[in-house]
Amino acid sequence: MSQKTAITKKLICKRPTFRMLPLGFCSGCHYGIIYRLLDEVIEEMGIKGDAICIGGGGCSMIGAMAMDIDTFGGPHGPGTAIASALKRVSPNAFIFAVQGDGEQGAIGLGSFVATAARGENITVITMNNACYGMTGGQLAPTTLLGMVTPTTPEGREQVMSGYPMHGPELVAPLKGVAYAARGTVHTPANRQKSKKMLKTAFQKQQQQLGFGVFEFLSACPTNWKISPTDCIQFIEEKMLPEFPLGQFKNIERKE
Amino acid sequence: MTERILSTGNDAVARAAIYAGCKNYFGYPITPQSEIAHYMARELPKMGGCFLQSEGEYAAAYMLLGAALSGQRAFTSTSSPGVALMQEPLSMMITAEIPAVIVDTQRLGPGTGTGGQQGQTDYSFVTRGVYGGIHYPVLAPYSVSEIFELVQLAFHIADKYRVVTMVLTDFILGRMTEYMELKTFDFGPLPEKDWALKGKDRKGGRTDFLLTVTGMMLDIPGFFAHQQEKSNRIIDSETRYETYKAEDADFLIVGYGYAARASKRAVNMARDQGIKAGLFRPITLWPFPKEAMKREALKSGKVLVVEDSPGGLVEDVKLAVEGVSPVHFLGIQARHTASPEGLIFPERILQEVRELL
Repeated sequence: MSQKTAITKKLICKRPTFRMLPLGFCSGCHYGIIYRLLDEVIEEMGIKGDAICIGGGGCSMIGAMAMDIDTFGGPHGPGTAIASALKRVSPNAFIFAVQGDGEQGAIGLGSFVATAARGENITVITMNNACYGMTGGQLAPTTLLGMVTPTTPEGREQVMSGYPMHGPELVAPLKGVAYAARGTVHTPANRQKSKKMLKTAFQKQQQQLGFGVFEFLSACPTNWKISPTDCIQFIEEKMLPEFPLGQFKNIERKE
Repeated sequence: MTERILSTGNDAVARAAIYAGCKNYFGYPITPQSEIAHYMARELPKMGGCFLQSEGEYAAAYMLLGAALSGQRAFTSTSSPGVALMQEPLSMMITAEIPAVIVDTQRLGPGTGTGGQQGQTDYSFVTRGVYGGIHYPVLAPYSVSEIFELVQLAFHIADKYRVVTMVLTDFILGRMTEYMELKTFDFGPLPEKDWALKGKDRKGGRTDFLLTVTGMMLDIPGFFAHQQEKSNRIIDSETRYETYKAEDADFLIVGYGYAARASKRAVNMARDQGIKAGLFRPITLWPFPKEAMKREALKSGKVLVVEDSPGGLVEDVKLAVEGVSPVHFLGIQARHTASPEGLIFPERILQEVRELL
């Protein structure tokens, strides 16, 4: 006699609340996954009531609009400067800035490094899709060597445009930095690993240990001009060798 | 009894901000106004305020924006090239209606300019608003005590209209020392800052999204209509000017800042010689006191604009006067020496008045 299996309704994962849906990202873009992770972590940590997001100017800002928390968005690059001051005048709020890789590594690089060096008690979330997504996929500081973009029609050459930049590794040696890490969401396992690291990055701010930066690798099928499934393969084969995953700095207590 | 003290113009800026209840300052060193930062670095930490020296003027203005997002008063000070670097953040603040105060202690000339000398060459640059077709109020004091009052007024205007407000001084005003009375000015009630970002737990569960992306706004004409309506309210309620011996004048001198001081002296010297001269001094450069300017010009018949620049204020005066009387100009060519420390002295202004009579 076959035994009947009882169907139980068990809540495995609560869907986070958003202010507006859908997010409006292109098909196959990973930003939606990343924003969901952000929201999950914020809800799990119970900091939704304290959280303020400083969004940037570019695709990364579209998700910032959707989160049901106090948000400012628009300027392209200076998110770390804005977040620094807001945190200083409202130390009890939880402040994080979301930046694209172009914002952080090019136009906002000065403020990014200066903010890290000051050891501002904020968290920076970087979304690295190796190009400028919103403006048409041009060369970003993170574009891989050989990658074709509208401003590197023959592929990025080191002689012309130098080598890809690594945000978390760049600031990790600075004493003000408490946490620097990189993750990806292109496989379920990596998604879970990234969520864990994201949580650790946020905890550094709660523990007032200093500046935290967490970079997500992300697909951009629209500008890479390949299918979303090919993007997964591209991340696996091309991006991971250039952008290693893991923690580059993780301090437990202040010196 | 209010305390009467000797203060430099730059220190008056800092003191005024503190008297206005502003405890947050962000800035980057630039002559001739770094003393404001020195004062703030010394005093703000004592009162639990926030002083932060930024990685540049661009970042300073964005820090200003960040602090102002909290709903607290915040300000920055800089000099001409610094204002240029702050253009984008200023435009962002005005777009998202985030109130803040910026003080421009003008230095002389374009490019790097000369930080250690006087000049009034920012007029056109700061009175035409930011990119995007939006204006912001610009207040122009001409004495240390007026700096103290107008900086406090700037905070009030900023909060009242949710706009960035600028106070425009210059090297002479910033570095000179005068008596002033220490007091807090009461300019009336202000709206509650219910838009401020504090985290939803501190706002009864409400969240706000302050956006600077005009392209994502669903009603573009509505956005500009709102900004225009706000500008009109500022024009109607905040336009300020002052006249001196203008009632019976048949020769009107127009100037602001340090040039207005020299012009006032020239008016008195002219009166001593039997010439009925008067002074018209715009206190708000934007909104410019157009109607009063035209009325006074019509009454006097002759107008001489004095400013230490190749010409900025003179254009506003001509626009306001609309040809009802001739508008003459005494500018940077009238300095007493060709080297950077040149000045337009009252004697030179009087000489011009006599030649034009």
